[in-house]
Amino acid sequence: MAEKNVPMREALRAALIEEMERDETVFVMGEEVGSWQGTHRVTRGLLEMFGERRVKDTPISELVIAGAAVGAAMAGLRPVAEIMTINFAFLSIDAIINHAAKVHYMFNGQFRVPLVIRAASGWGNQATATHSHTPEPIFAHFPGLYVACPSNAYDAKGMLKTAIRDDNPVLFTESIALYSKPSLIPEEEYLVPVGKSDVKRQGEHVTLVSYARGVEWSLEAAAMLAKEGIEAEVVDLRWLRPLDLEPVFESFKKTNRCVVVEESLPHFSFGSEIAAQLQEAAFDYMDAPIKRVSAMDVPLPYAKEIELMALPNAQKVVDAVKEIVY
Amino acid sequence: MATNTRSLDKVTLLDWYRQIVLIRQFENRCDELYHQKKITGVYLHLYSGHEAVGVGAVAALGEDDHVLTGYRDHGIALARGVDAKPLMAEMMGKRTGVSGGKGGSMHLASRAHNFWGGYAIVAGHLSLATGIAFKERYMGTENVVLCLMGDGATNNGYFHESLNLSAVWNLPVVWLIENNFIGMGTRIEDSSGQPELVKRAVAYGMKQGPRIDGQNVIEVHEAISEAVAYARKKGPVLVEALTYRYKGHGVSDKQYDARDDLKRELDDWQAHKDPINILKDHLLAGFDGIEAELAKIDTEVHEIVEEAVRYAEASPVPTYEDLIRHIYVE
Amino acid sequence: MAQEIIMPDVGSGVDEGILLNWTKKVGDTVNAGDVIAEIETDKATVEVPVSAAGTILQLNGTPGQALRVGSVIGLIGAAGEQAVPAGPSGNGAAKPAATPSAPAVAAPAADSEIEDGSLPDGVKASPVARKMAAERGIDLTQIHGTGPGGRIVKSDVENWTPAPVTPAAAPSAPALVISAAGFGKLPEGPDVEIIETSKMRSRIAQRMIEAKQQTPHFYLTVEVDVEPLLKFRAQINAALDEAHKISVNDLVVKAVALALRDFPNLNTHYYGDKLARHKRIHIGIAVALPTGGLINVVAKDADRTALSVIAAQNKEMIARARDNKLKPDDIQGSTFTVSNLGPYDIDQFAAIINPPEAGIVAVGSAKKTPIVLADGTLGVGNRMKLSVSVDHRVSDGAEGAQFIKRIKELLETPAGLV
Repeated sequence: MAEKNVPMREALRAALIEEMERDETVFVMGEEVGSWQGTHRVTRGLLEMFGERRVKDTPISELVIAGAAVGAAMAGLRPVAEIMTINFAFLSIDAIINHAAKVHYMFNGQFRVPLVIRAASGWGNQATATHSHTPEPIFAHFPGLYVACPSNAYDAKGMLKTAIRDDNPVLFTESIALYSKPSLIPEEEYLVPVGKSDVKRQGEHVTLVSYARGVEWSLEAAAMLAKEGIEAEVVDLRWLRPLDLEPVFESFKKTNRCVVVEESLPHFSFGSEIAAQLQEAAFDYMDAPIKRVSAMDVPLPYAKEIELMALPNAQKVVDAVKEIVY
Repeated sequence: MATNTRSLDKVTLLDWYRQIVLIRQFENRCDELYHQKKITGVYLHLYSGHEAVGVGAVAALGEDDHVLTGYRDHGIALARGVDAKPLMAEMMGKRTGVSGGKGGSMHLASRAHNFWGGYAIVAGHLSLATGIAFKERYMGTENVVLCLMGDGATNNGYFHESLNLSAVWNLPVVWLIENNFIGMGTRIEDSSGQPELVKRAVAYGMKQGPRIDGQNVIEVHEAISEAVAYARKKGPVLVEALTYRYKGHGVSDKQYDARDDLKRELDDWQAHKDPINILKDHLLAGFDGIEAELAKIDTEVHEIVEEAVRYAEASPVPTYEDLIRHIYVE
Repeated sequence: MAQEIIMPDVGSGVDEGILLNWTKKVGDTVNAGDVIAEIETDKATVEVPVSAAGTILQLNGTPGQALRVGSVIGLIGAAGEQAVPAGPSGNGAAKPAATPSAPAVAAPAADSEIEDGSLPDGVKASPVARKMAAERGIDLTQIHGTGPGGRIVKSDVENWTPAPVTPAAAPSAPALVISAAGFGKLPEGPDVEIIETSKMRSRIAQRMIEAKQQTPHFYLTVEVDVEPLLKFRAQINAALDEAHKISVNDLVVKAVALALRDFPNLNTHYYGDKLARHKRIHIGIAVALPTGGLINVVAKDADRTALSVIAAQNKEMIARARDNKLKPDDIQGSTFTVSNLGPYDIDQFAAIINPPEAGIVAVGSAKKTPIVLADGTLGVGNRMKLSVSVDHRVSDGAEGAQFIKRIKELLETPAGLV
């Protein structure tokens, strides 16, 4: 099978192009998706390829970008709406949670919302407090919505194509720090199924559970730990909804130890959820407390030195593992 | 407003009369059932007083056109031809309700009637209306979206973003404000810098439609017909219909409207601007010997509403399977 | 007031057991039913529970020592109480402790001990360590924890080896050992392996010799049409969860128990010039152990207990027997026994009576077999053979025959079993 290294941004772009070519009802909309060529260049060249009908620049109106996308989806189109960064999705949140996630249920299945809302997520480059959020778990709180958080270019492409084809609304987040990171991608078409976790590394001693950028730190940490004889298993959840914890439970029954790695904040978080479900499902397999590596519980500051201090990284994962592997 | 009533035949006018009376009686019955604790959901916002707006506006649409509204949605559903039985069943939270007992009073919808629903986040549905209208442009079809809203819906971000986007994208939407001069408990002059709401159109560069008497179904129908024709060929239009709510914000809030000044205002509207009386006077003046027909309609409508109540009461409640179904498309 | 902890009866005919472990220590807080010791008898390993809640004031005996049934093996009372047992009249009259040399034990005062008391089993252990220890029958208090704060973790349980059990210094048990000397020259050479006879085998040998030599057995066999029984079983099992599903053996146990109600003489034990007629019917069930040997678990009040309850209890007891985790109560008080070799495809057999019981029912396997139908033609039936062995000192052929006929009737009209 022919494969080549493709950065995540190009993998996402390829997914959009393939799906727009495949299905006339697929269109993209959002701030700067057209003539600007996409803030993160994911929609580069789409305007030229598909024209103004299917590549819709919008005003800076996050609420109606999401809301109009919900309406268009209800009416039978398959919108891929881009919220430039997920920080601005707080302005869209009513359309996403009260409408996208509820319409199918509230009207007893009369309407479907085959919608994808793409949003760049994550911190870095001293973006500061309002532009450094990773609030995926907030969105994953609500039934009716799927939340997709790929950790690499390969998954990103397969997951975006699946998300576009799915009849449910999907919030699709893209880690800014991963846009340039390549992975090997086959030339042939492939899909990554909805709601399936993926074991990214096998190991006997500790289970690292993560998603999106946390997977990268987890794999880095696993490589560091392996030099000391500690073999970490890394489970990439890929989707926070539907949440597939079976591979985590299976892994935990083997390792009896778990560190949850998350890019976002620690309170009422992804880590809290995984730890809670794990102790419910596998209490008798626990040999040590479940640890969480999260961002510090602070708004992110500007100065690089203290910004990095507040954020997770591979070394913090290693340290957490060593606290519980004794 | 000069209205060419001769162009409207008796059958049409009697049909509107029937719809307006149906809405009035349906809402009165809901009010009773609420106080008898047979409708137990906390929110119940009645369309009484607004009937001519909904009936006249919806009558201006074709079958393939679309309509959405806010939470004061019973009248729009009935005007769009949704059967009273599943509507009443929805009020009572029954499995046979239009939304399977999962939506309630504020979330009626019927996909089959292109009635896209009542929505309870104020102005939230305006954004959906732009999306539905966009689909028409995208597919090259010419159906129109009628989006009703209260005056209270004109001051949050949804209104601004949705109307602006509809203008930028030139979408086929008729934005119809039902201005009853009060948003929950706040008077229009206390909530809007420009209380003549139709003037908002200027800010978005869209066609400013008329500010009409919402109690006169004939006038509403004529204005919305023109707006629909414009939207179909050209783009969005903003229309404002002046009306009055008879039964408070919600039925549990009627005490607020019993305030002296509001009570006087309500009495005045009911005495001089009641949509049923206005249409009735018009019919009596235009068609000799029509009293018997109107009385017959009143009786028939009464039976329709009673039948709906019996149907709803006899219907089963939703099950556990209903509780967990339709969270996602299966 | 301190209460005595009495070494319980750990099975008929057993009058002492070897202490394997104390599972609690002096100063521990216990609830009624908590296991304080593991005792090995020549029949099984059993756990000894306490009957009252309180603080353990004294424990008499060290691992390896033999403890006699009925002796005082410890004292339980309020924290800080003197280790003085209640007087026979219960008026608090001072009485020497069972082991006068044992010093009175003061309540532990150290903080760590108090913290321990609020931990499950009084030890700090991870959930997986607890689960593994429980599965392996390892007493966590014996394990040294290497985790933070002395927590016992999985690897501690995995790496733990039991301390060798020191044989009792002065075993007072009667010599069960039958010397090889009395059997002529022991074979030797490369073609033969000489194995020590296990305690359980010795015990069985002794009991069986006793039974065969001293109990005049007679044997009666009937054939039971089990077609309705199997249908009946399938029907009720369809409505029962896994834990309560009923086996053919449970049905036989029930039928034997009900038949014993009609034939109380067979629920009678022979003691020479006295006969002990048991008013309650407890059916012993012979269970083959995976390590060889067998043990009887006891279905208490089997005539009065619901079938599904008998089934669930039997399952649990049999599992405990096979895991070496029997409770004293599991093996006590049998008044009559059922032995079932049906699962081994045995047509029929005659079982040896378990003294002092008056009989034992031996169950063969259900088989398709040609039968003569009512109209004289041949057909296919589903039949199972039951044999009863009866102690002729207690009963006679006619009674034995009516008894086994009654069992047959009960099994052939199984609706009466519920």
